Amino acid sequence: MATASVSKRNSKAKKTGGKKTVANAAIPGRFGAYGGRYVPETLMAALGELEREYERARHDPKFRRRLHELFEQYAGRPTPLFLARRLTDKLGGAKIYLKREDLLHTGAHKINNCIGQALLVERMGKHRVIAETGAGQHGVATATVCALFGFECVVYMGTEDMRRQELNVFRMQLLGAEVRGVESGSRTLKDAINEAMRDWVTNVRTTHYLLGSVLGAHPYPTMVRDFHSVIGREARRQILKAEGKLPAAIIACVGGGSNAIGIFHEFIKDKKVQLVGVEAGGRSDCLGDHAARFRGGSPGILQGTYSYVLQDPGGQIAGTHSISAGLDYPSIGPEHAWLKDTGRAEYVSASDAEALESCTLLARTEGIIPALESAHAVAEVVKRAPKMKKSDVVIVNISGRGDKDMGILQESLSLNQLNH
Amino acid sequence: MPLSFTKRPSLVAYVTCGDPDLATTRAVVLAAIEAGADVIELGVPFSDPLADGPVIQRASERALKHATTLDQILKLAAEVRQRSQVGVIIFSYLNPIMRMGVPEFCAAAATAGVDGALITDLPVEEAGDYRREMGKRNLVTVFLAAPTSTDERLKSIAKASTGFVYAVSRTGITGVRKQLPEGARDLVRRIRRHTKLPIAVGFGISTPEQFAAVGEFADAAVVGSAIVETIEHNPGQEAEAVAAFVKRLTAVSRECSATTGKG
Repeated sequence: MATASVSKRNSKAKKTGGKKTVANAAIPGRFGAYGGRYVPETLMAALGELEREYERARHDPKFRRRLHELFEQYAGRPTPLFLARRLTDKLGGAKIYLKREDLLHTGAHKINNCIGQALLVERMGKHRVIAETGAGQHGVATATVCALFGFECVVYMGTEDMRRQELNVFRMQLLGAEVRGVESGSRTLKDAINEAMRDWVTNVRTTHYLLGSVLGAHPYPTMVRDFHSVIGREARRQILKAEGKLPAAIIACVGGGSNAIGIFHEFIKDKKVQLVGVEAGGRSDCLGDHAARFRGGSPGILQGTYSYVLQDPGGQIAGTHSISAGLDYPSIGPEHAWLKDTGRAEYVSASDAEALESCTLLARTEGIIPALESAHAVAEVVKRAPKMKKSDVVIVNISGRGDKDMGILQESLSLNQLNH
Repeated sequence: MPLSFTKRPSLVAYVTCGDPDLATTRAVVLAAIEAGADVIELGVPFSDPLADGPVIQRASERALKHATTLDQILKLAAEVRQRSQVGVIIFSYLNPIMRMGVPEFCAAAATAGVDGALITDLPVEEAGDYRREMGKRNLVTVFLAAPTSTDERLKSIAKASTGFVYAVSRTGITGVRKQLPEGARDLVRRIRRHTKLPIAVGFGISTPEQFAAVGEFADAAVVGSAIVETIEHNPGQEAEAVAAFVKRLTAVSRECSATTGKG
């Protein structure tokens, strides 16, 4: 723990791992120095149980078959890899492909992880599921699998996010979930996670916490990544078929970072493929006005894991802002911290304004309205593609669809202005 | 300095530092000691207190409104140490301590005359270097044991603790409860198999009856939310109110031990 062991772990990882940039295999749950399991003692037994059950399940052909079946028949996998011709022409550089996670059941990649964890809940014999949600996408996906499996479902959501994502609140309720508003702190995703952890610590014997990103204590960052890594496996196969070569770059937005890790993971070993994560640049560079952890953050502990955190000099967690609730979080998945430090992935940011602009651009060039989260990834391809060779190929992960954001889009965009 | 647990049960009193301000915390702590508290836990407010119930959440928010820092809390600890020899423990989430640096924290805590620390979200597995740094400065460690902890875990928790073992009376967050849970006694018995250290029971203890009941099977009771609530409800008279509360809380058990001749 802390600085001393962190540096030891780093050097150990370097020695034993050689040139490998993949997670430190020697210590489960560690990605270089990052990750770990920093939770109250009450939860340690449950995390241990989850880790063991997941280990067993992932080697169990029956589990894998059921996961695959549900991916195909329920979620709608594989998702297409779509060549965005008009966007490519407009930007005049690299050939742009879109990985269409927005076409999945419930409208975002989140369902991959929810199906995986629901199967584990079934194996563990628990019947009550809790979750946190920011944009509402993970909450909806959780409510959906709970309906499918017949689990009781409680979703914690900051009241500020409930206001921003009203429609998703109703969707969860329609699916039979109870949505509990969280009034503490900034009333957003971080506070919803605190409240979900409080529920879990109280009801841990009967309840599974279906965490929605590659965050939290081990085994969540690894397990959630594994469930989403199907995105990258498909994309690799699809791009090789379409182009006969690997892409020059892959771009994905990063809140906690689950869709990004999902599409990156299969390509980590392909050193020539540039991996680009896009954080929320918000409305300014001031602390509190954005969620760009790699630009304004430093290593710290939040909600069970050691990673980059936006914090003040006293170690208090800073406020964040993003137009997209799903990116509005002060920490980032520990594996991203590792990819960043080793230089395997590059992290940039896009502002609220750039995301809004890119959302409209994609809508009007390709007839695809991305979620505001995914629009951050589109914003990066808008900047990057023109500087790339025409022979280069780039994949943008469209992690979710924009239906949930109509209210905010309506508030923020004046269509008249856009038409001029 | 060894923590003193001579009374049965001893009272470990928790306060969130800086609620509503540090001068009040200082007055409250000294009043609690005067009224009979045996060990003081100085709570470091944190922006994301995920193990705490609403009472301590609110106190943390009040304390952070004027940016109470760990530095200031260690200064407060030094002031308390000048006035009293009771045990003083820093009670914190990990991030404020990591931000200061674990070696730096240990050095500053030792200089301030603090006896030890308890970090809510630092389980034994992650605590190797922390334990070494604390040991170097002769600071005691206190780890939490929960009803869900396996016997194997209780063994390592007992081994890693050097001050006392904190038995979490029930699964859940901090906060006042009407009844002392059944499982608390059982947990203390399970911990006892692995250690001779004092065992303190905490989470949910607020009444003289509960406090006295803990004395039947454990060395100490930790009282937190009930004290913090007393502070919240008595603006301007926090110290007097806490002193009265502590006296009331300990009255039953102290009478008992006087009549039965227990120490």
